[in-house]
Amino acid sequence: MTLAVASPTRARPRGPRIARALKPLVFALLLSPALWLTFALVSDQLQGDVVKILEVDTGTLALRSLALTLAITPLRLLTGWSWLASYRRMVGLFVFFYATVHMCIYFGLDLELRFGEMWKSIVKRPYITIGMLSWLILVPLAITSPNSIAKRLGGVKWKQLHRLTYVVAVTATTHYLWAVKKDTFWPLVYFGLLAALLLARVVRWWRERTTDDSPESSLRSSRG
Amino acid sequence: MLIRKRHELPSSELTPEGEYLNRRQFLGVVGGIGGLTAAGVLTEAVLGAVRPAAAQQADEVSDEAKVTSYNNYYEFGTDKADPKANAQQFRTRPWSVKIEGMCKKTGDMPLDNFLAPSNVEDRTYRFRCVEAWSAVIPWRGIPLADVIRRAEPLPSARYVEMTTLYDPSQMSGQRRSTISWPYTEGLRLDEAMHPLAFLATGMYGKSLPNQNGAPLRLVVPWKYGFKNIKAIVKMKFTDKQPTSTWMRAASDEYGFYANVNPTVDHPRWSQARERKLGDILKRPTLMFNGYESQVASLYSHMDLRRDF
Repeated sequence: MTLAVASPTRARPRGPRIARALKPLVFALLLSPALWLTFALVSDQLQGDVVKILEVDTGTLALRSLALTLAITPLRLLTGWSWLASYRRMVGLFVFFYATVHMCIYFGLDLELRFGEMWKSIVKRPYITIGMLSWLILVPLAITSPNSIAKRLGGVKWKQLHRLTYVVAVTATTHYLWAVKKDTFWPLVYFGLLAALLLARVVRWWRERTTDDSPESSLRSSRG
Repeated sequence: MLIRKRHELPSSELTPEGEYLNRRQFLGVVGGIGGLTAAGVLTEAVLGAVRPAAAQQADEVSDEAKVTSYNNYYEFGTDKADPKANAQQFRTRPWSVKIEGMCKKTGDMPLDNFLAPSNVEDRTYRFRCVEAWSAVIPWRGIPLADVIRRAEPLPSARYVEMTTLYDPSQMSGQRRSTISWPYTEGLRLDEAMHPLAFLATGMYGKSLPNQNGAPLRLVVPWKYGFKNIKAIVKMKFTDKQPTSTWMRAASDEYGFYANVNPTVDHPRWSQARERKLGDILKRPTLMFNGYESQVASLYSHMDLRRDF
């Protein structure tokens, strides 16, 4: 999410055209799980506790999208495909989309909008508290995603604000870890994945400090 | 249906499958659901419109496909769909049950001999998972009290502990240490002798599917589902309260008694309401899962908040 505005290097002759051409495809790909779940629900193919299945699946999809947004920049630096940056906003908004659906299912269908229960769960159940916090952090990130608002905010401020993505990476995986009963395998997989993606940034930041290089120059050099 | 008042329902009184499938074409939108918020009704109306299969009738026998596709059976994987996918090759014959501990008739018994003296019965029970989902399941099997009587427990025996098969070569979930293996569960002897306590060998008029605990599983309908230990290979009589697998895993979340109780929340969720498999909206959870009049006397001296 952080570089869509701040990076002046994304305008390059061939990359952007490919990126633009592929965008609808990527959009469809990211939306397809939601369409599949809707179809499965309507056609009675979700065998079991349907609400729980939808809840778990949308939560997982939000986490996957989050890992994907955080993977874009390291991947871009690794490959030199600067046009990858133009996907970050879309993927980031999918994080917000799946997280919102996930939360709505929990409050709307799991707690059936019983306000007493909702309040109790937020206050008394740590995994809900931290899940709620994760969603609240995503709200300003989603609101400031349009170019016009990002411009008004200014590149530096926008960038600082969107560093909250890293905080969400931690709170969202913690939410998942605390929510599961006993089998912590998958929460830990996501934890490890997101930790690796955060580590990639720390490594980059440290390298830039020691070589006294700007992100742009490191990007340029990575492109050779 | 009369499950609440009678524990035995002859198959002839069960709703034939075709009939309840037809009935499910209709939507019982508000019927029988008290205390719904307006938004809840709206949600149901919207979802109901796109999903006409939402069954709302109380105590209607659950869709067999759902009961056999959504299982907690960590021996075959922790995802609800895992047991059905991974248990199909499980060998349920030959099978024997070992009786040991404080009883006169100890020994290893082939399953058929173990079952043979009892008459096979059909019983339709409500099933309530600790995760707040539920079902109504027509079981087939024998009363647990029968096999206990045949074992002739000593007067000193106060509990019976049961154990699931441990065989990682067949039970792929046992190759990982998610919970401690083998799975164990236990009942106080008076609970085990209660006429509602049941050993199932079948359901929906057929033999038990592997993912539902074949060839032999416990059914104690007034307790949370995890008490209903599957693929039983051992019964041990003891004078000490057994520590069940889930107590070992998280004693603050799962107690020895695990009686269905809408007033005692699980630390991570409320137990006041439950969602029947296939439904969108929840329904109120009943004390002792609706079997209060039959089993409450077993616990009259106990603080159910402490002994959860």
